[in-house]
Amino acid sequence: MPDPILSIKDLVVEFKTEDGIVHAVDGVSYDIFPGETVGIVGESGSGKSVSTLALLGLIPLPPGRIVSGTAMFKDKDLLRLRKKELRRVRGNEVAMIFQDPMTSLNPVLTVGSQLAEAIKTHYPDEKDDAVKARVIEMLRLVGVPNAEVRYGQYPHEFSGGMRQRVMIAMAITNSPSLLIADEPTTALDVTIQAQVLEVMKRVQAETHAATIMITHDLGIVAEMCDRVLVMYAGHIVESGDVGTIFKSPRHPYTIGLMNSLPKLTEDEEWLEPITGSPPSLIDLPPGCPFHPRCFLAREKCRQENPPLVQVEGAGPTSAHLSACHFSDELIGRKTKFSEEAVA
Amino acid sequence: MTESLRPSDDSLYPSGQMEGNAVLPEGDPGTGFLETRGGPETTEQAGLDLKVRGQWAYARMRFFRHRLAVAGLIGIVIIFGAGILAGVVAPYGYFQIDLTHILAGPSSTHLFGTDGLGRDEFSRVIWGIRTSMEVGVFVAVVSTFIGLVIGAVAGYYGGWMDNLLMRITDLVLTLPLLVILLTAATLLGQGNQWRVSIILVLFFWTGIARVVRGVFLSLREKEYVEAAKASGAGDARLMFRHMLPNTLGPVVVNATLAVGFAILIESALSFLGFGIKPPTPSLGGLVADAQQYSQQWWLTVFPGLTIVLIVLCVNFVGDGLRDALDPQQRRMRA
Repeated sequence: MPDPILSIKDLVVEFKTEDGIVHAVDGVSYDIFPGETVGIVGESGSGKSVSTLALLGLIPLPPGRIVSGTAMFKDKDLLRLRKKELRRVRGNEVAMIFQDPMTSLNPVLTVGSQLAEAIKTHYPDEKDDAVKARVIEMLRLVGVPNAEVRYGQYPHEFSGGMRQRVMIAMAITNSPSLLIADEPTTALDVTIQAQVLEVMKRVQAETHAATIMITHDLGIVAEMCDRVLVMYAGHIVESGDVGTIFKSPRHPYTIGLMNSLPKLTEDEEWLEPITGSPPSLIDLPPGCPFHPRCFLAREKCRQENPPLVQVEGAGPTSAHLSACHFSDELIGRKTKFSEEAVA
Repeated sequence: MTESLRPSDDSLYPSGQMEGNAVLPEGDPGTGFLETRGGPETTEQAGLDLKVRGQWAYARMRFFRHRLAVAGLIGIVIIFGAGILAGVVAPYGYFQIDLTHILAGPSSTHLFGTDGLGRDEFSRVIWGIRTSMEVGVFVAVVSTFIGLVIGAVAGYYGGWMDNLLMRITDLVLTLPLLVILLTAATLLGQGNQWRVSIILVLFFWTGIARVVRGVFLSLREKEYVEAAKASGAGDARLMFRHMLPNTLGPVVVNATLAVGFAILIESALSFLGFGIKPPTPSLGGLVADAQQYSQQWWLTVFPGLTIVLIVLCVNFVGDGLRDALDPQQRRMRA
């Protein structure tokens, strides 16, 4: 197994608000290996976006604060880089695709000039002709038809799906080795989502960039990812390869997530939600953060926060980790998706 | 450039799977109505007769549908044109004395009449326009530049930087303009139009700084600014390449209005005798000179009317630009 391209250890990020300190990310560690696609799932506010924004220094400081942790990317600790060095990494070795393509493009600059800008930022000496050729090549790669004409158009002349393609082109134009996609399809309607995911897959096959896919859509995880990290209240509660997690999840929260999904093959009148609501990140419950909503909860859960331990498998990419005191009781427990995962 | 991606391969895109291809066969350049820059073949191919229009074309059309703005623009072109070509347009020099026509009324030889020394008032008004124009344009350009930089820095960085710069701006805004101008003129002595202009600039940057700061504060939170940041853009690049173009509308409008306002203030100063010193002719100075000749109406009316006309035209143009450059307004006014 090659060395991880990104290795995050004990990342803690806090936000100071008027009501108190929000523990957005609370001791998160994970590795990303070259070429793989890792999904980070969790509900809103679980810290999935913040944990990656912190890597690129995109968290507003203050109110945000990176309390501790390291993020080793190719022998550099991203959290300790100076502003100038970090800028060299951004958009070059590590690129990001944002959630809402409707607002992520500057309305007053043509699409071509924005893409060219992304290149010029890192390669100021590149000739204009070469940059333009590269931009048009990128637009073609992400499936923008008629790229030469589209080059000179403004974002309002593009549809949502086309804009997201442009955002993807912008992210990959400098051949990054790590691509962070922050809910890349959330703002798009379902048919366009499928197309954009198709583009993402193709782009990944072309660039071999490791990809972190932040999403709350388990369907996207199943379709796109090799491994998945499940986050809850700023913690990783379960991680493992996608097949294993879908077939035999070992954390009550993951099981709850899967059972709350509608299954299209059956006529379901009621969905099964996870009871209760996510905890306030200002005032986390003692012990396991999930215990107030957990069907397995008992005294130990109220007192001790379970560590993320290996429950199955071995090796850096095939290990199955779960943060639950009673994960053994979940062995063999079926979810709605268990059979499909096997098939 | 790092190692290049392999060039795109058409076989990667099965037809019909992409947006746009669903409507038109492969290779057809887009769906007609999305085209704004396509050549004529494009629209012909789609069987549509559409005009090619970009963002600026729309702004231009909106502007030219605004009747007062167009009238203002024509007025400005004529008046400022006369000022620029003063040497050609003015029939006499501004200090050329015709002793046979002292205080003569308007006639075919002296269109606007003559003053107490027998100087041709028409020529003096035209040379005055030139002076006023120089003041107006200089003040607008320089103060816009200063205001842009200060507003951009304050709005972009926020925090103590914003506080400091905006308190300085507030301070300048609270100073009674005319009193300070009079004091400055007295202390520094009267002078030519450039000295007056520089004093005016010291006051005029505040308006634009506040406008730009406001726009920057809202732009800072936009996703495309964050996206640009994530692609490695530095502070200066973010501010001036990505954010500044978004402030263009209000800035252009403000700068235009500043031209009119600067001319008005300069006239007032010169009228009070603290502005531009004779023999340099200025419109305000001409009106001031006319005070001693209460019977000779032409000496007051013509330069006064010129000031009013310039300011009016400039403001009409400013209004037209405000409507034309409003990015919210995609539609044409009927």
